[in-house]
Amino acid sequence: MSVARFWRETPRRYNLGGSKCTNCNTVYFPPRSVCPTCPSHRKTLEKMVPFQLSGEGTVYSFTVVHDAAEGFEMQVPYVLALVKTVEGPMLTGQVVDVNPPEVKIGLRVRATFRKLREEGAAGVIHYGYKFAPAGEAGAGPEPRARLAPVASSPAGSSDRAPA
Amino acid sequence: MREVAILGVGQTKFGELWDRSFREIGIEAGLQALVDAKLSSADLGGLYLGNMASGTLLEQEHIAPLILDYAGLAGRHLPAMRVEGGGASGSLALHQGYLAVASGQYDFVVVGGAEKMTDVAETTANQITSSTADHEWEVVFGATLPALWALIARRHMHEFGTTREQLARFAVHDHEMASKNPLAHYRNKLTLEQVVGAGEVAEPLGVLDCAPLSDGAAAVVLGPLETAKQHTDTPIRIAASEVACDTMAVQHREKITSLQSTVVAAERAFRRARRAPVDVRVAEVHDAYTISALLALEDLGFVEKGRGGPEFASGRFGMDGALTINPSGGLKAQGRPFGAVGVAQVAEVVRQLRGEAKDRQVAGATFGLTHDVAGTGATSVVHLLERTN
Repeated sequence: MSVARFWRETPRRYNLGGSKCTNCNTVYFPPRSVCPTCPSHRKTLEKMVPFQLSGEGTVYSFTVVHDAAEGFEMQVPYVLALVKTVEGPMLTGQVVDVNPPEVKIGLRVRATFRKLREEGAAGVIHYGYKFAPAGEAGAGPEPRARLAPVASSPAGSSDRAPA
Repeated sequence: MREVAILGVGQTKFGELWDRSFREIGIEAGLQALVDAKLSSADLGGLYLGNMASGTLLEQEHIAPLILDYAGLAGRHLPAMRVEGGGASGSLALHQGYLAVASGQYDFVVVGGAEKMTDVAETTANQITSSTADHEWEVVFGATLPALWALIARRHMHEFGTTREQLARFAVHDHEMASKNPLAHYRNKLTLEQVVGAGEVAEPLGVLDCAPLSDGAAAVVLGPLETAKQHTDTPIRIAASEVACDTMAVQHREKITSLQSTVVAAERAFRRARRAPVDVRVAEVHDAYTISALLALEDLGFVEKGRGGPEFASGRFGMDGALTINPSGGLKAQGRPFGAVGVAQVAEVVRQLRGEAKDRQVAGATFGLTHDVAGTGATSVVHLLERTN
């Protein structure tokens, strides 16, 4: 796949940039151009504004993957979870820095910036969010500090992003 | 809109058909259906072909005219078109064919479904099937189709107390049924212990909770109900053909222990047919994963939400139950050639309603249902079929 396909999603994948409907205040991730909640979709076209998720959430469901997705073969067994964020949207991502048997529904987690997969030896390396146990409230770095700087131009494309 | 009947069915063996090409199996199923319908190809109005991924599986797009050509019909310049909707491609093709005949545009159409999945490595095929989930927001983050269904299964266990063994029973059931189906990919029986003890794919699902990758094709011939008796003694009326869609990704659903696309498609179908779930005697339901079949029983209205596990374990959906599910062996054991599945489900229910299912005949079946799902439920298709004599 071309670099552009992944580069254009960096604000979302690196920094959890979503959107919010200013009509009904529902938050979406990834961002939406119309609000699926408001009864009149057409009227929300100009009402969607950028909204950044904090990365805080809880595990809604999880699985331990043994038969990996392409590019994830070296990571098996890995935990894949649905994470319900405090702002509302649910995200699909790995839970890392934890022993798989310790993952439970309801576990508090926080987004962390990681390498997702490589497209072979010479292909694009994908980066984005995974989740790690949040531990005690107030412990550890501020959630935003764990995520990557916003990549706003091609100069900040994924091959330069910190691993 | 006029009433539409199924006049003929055809189906190849499902399995790893290494010695047979895509065009061979497509043509075999189509010609069988034409012969079964006692229809000359000169009477045909068109061809609708359900197929998920010929481009990536075979490096061949534009396959509907290809099948038409090798069926010897290129010189007649019939309209032929492919319909794609992941694993529900076959059912969607049937929906299109149904609308075409119902509208009066064509009198007779062939609806085919075909997929050739073993011409690529298994890892490649799995990657292709996972593209029926949301690539950008699920697959890129490590999801596969079984992993996404495992997330649904875990949540169902959490909310309703569904057990690992209750899930495994669906695979045991399907293999038992398929042991009597000569077209099935797998005809071996399984024990509960074998299913539970099989290698893990995505916990709680193991390899025997998952349908295989199969080659195969199926076809049906549709025509107006009013003249159907000229073609068959047992016309099968399409009492409803309904499609419903939902969010592409599991993560965007309010609740994940139910497929709303299935709930809505079933409600629409029963309303259109003026019938109820209790009227269904035989059903082919989507069982790509054991959890999929459990959700199907609940979402189609056959059991109360959350009760799928214990109700199925009671044995009431077997051959002697008031409702028999998946007499063909389902996707799990008859096989899963993605784009062919929906048409094969209909072919099986037609055989059942006609009383032609031999060793696996469901006694007294006159009203049946098929249920096809793509991906993790972004598309569901429900057909209701009725014997009219």
